Amino acid sequence: MKSRWIAAGCLVLSCALVFAADGGWLRKVPDADRKRVNPYAGSADAAAAGRVLFDENCAKCHGEDALGRHGRPSLRSERVIHATDGELAWLLRNGSTWKGMPSWSSLPEPERWQIITYLRSLQRESMSSTH
Amino acid sequence: MAWPEFCSRRRGGARKVVPARRAIDNKSSSDLFGRGFGLCLLILLLQWLAPARSAQAQEPPYFVTYSQALEEPGNLEVAMKGLTASPKDANAFFSPTLELEYGAKAWWTTEVYLQGQATANDSTIFTGFRWENRFRVLPGEHWINPVLYLEYEDVSAADKSILEVVGHDSISDLQLNNAESRGEVERELEGKLILSSNVKGWNFSENFISEKNVKNEPWEFGYAVAASRPLTLVAGKRPCVFCRQNFTAGAELYGGLATAHDFGLDATSHYAGPAVNFNLPHGPTLGFSPQFGLNDNSAGVLWRFKVSYEIQQVRDWFRRGGAR
Repeated sequence: MKSRWIAAGCLVLSCALVFAADGGWLRKVPDADRKRVNPYAGSADAAAAGRVLFDENCAKCHGEDALGRHGRPSLRSERVIHATDGELAWLLRNGSTWKGMPSWSSLPEPERWQIITYLRSLQRESMSSTH
Repeated sequence: MAWPEFCSRRRGGARKVVPARRAIDNKSSSDLFGRGFGLCLLILLLQWLAPARSAQAQEPPYFVTYSQALEEPGNLEVAMKGLTASPKDANAFFSPTLELEYGAKAWWTTEVYLQGQATANDSTIFTGFRWENRFRVLPGEHWINPVLYLEYEDVSAADKSILEVVGHDSISDLQLNNAESRGEVERELEGKLILSSNVKGWNFSENFISEKNVKNEPWEFGYAVAASRPLTLVAGKRPCVFCRQNFTAGAELYGGLATAHDFGLDATSHYAGPAVNFNLPHGPTLGFSPQFGLNDNSAGVLWRFKVSYEIQQVRDWFRRGGAR
């Protein structure tokens, strides 16, 4: 009887983890943050600066090519491509600490926008290479 | 130790200054200065040995005050914090502290300290170790972010690292010679409530410190507050070394708040000073801070410096498929 309860508990926990790993953070983003506009959107200089910041702060987990490594998510995934700049800015500021993504609020906000600008340039590269 | 005896030991005026003498087991103090320098070199060499590129940890430049910044999960930071001072009526000393800080989770950082000191005309000794843990309490970013800090320390009374000031810690603690003070080992539990905010590039941090000797001694209290800001909030488009984005400047203030029996500022010591961090891109972080004693119970000036190096994603080394 006891082992059944343990098995049921494991099942519930597994389901919770599966659902939690599907970008649940997106549902937490307030509307006001979701609609924020990247002040550097499309700027080549900001993308270049973002690349420097990405190499120093993000590449260790997400890989230098942003495709993810050791189970950490790719930043060229559909989910990230379809997320708004405001949603990505919210994630960088707040992190998702229970899933392993730390808060990057210690980086000044303009630098976080520069990173997002760089990510968008990567995604554009990926899309143009596939077409 | 009985309470009155403890109290008189802690209060600055109650203890006679003992002239430092050369201990039987001494080594020259330059020996430890040399070892500290060697340790710095070792940390600098890590960037050659460590296969992963080092990180630019965006940590504030504080030496005593803690902010909300935790180690990134999987990273190991090796740091050497040094302090040197020449207090009034005491011999000059140098106190190195080796720190090993690991990001266990995004919300939990654990750290071990190994400490020693060398006092001029006295001896070079190992003074003990500390094990600390910091837990981020709330997910997400808030106006004020609380972090809980728990530490166990096993250090001798000869410790001169001044990693925090609590109770009636004062300049007289620095005036005993090593032979006299090293035998008294203090095993203490320390808790801190760390409150920290990041606002428009500024970091503001406040720490409330309580410490309890596992023996029957009263709770001791202290505080630390600090603020800092990078010299620029926008990164340049090219990697650079001596550009403003790699420097963070700030200031901190800390001191004791006596004990549960006599809470307040009476017979306590306090320090304040500027602090600066220099993050070498893909290299170590260097920190420096002169801190000035604010009353007669404090040492005149504490010169602090720090060299730290972050080894990225150490845990990947133990995963199938290799580290990099």
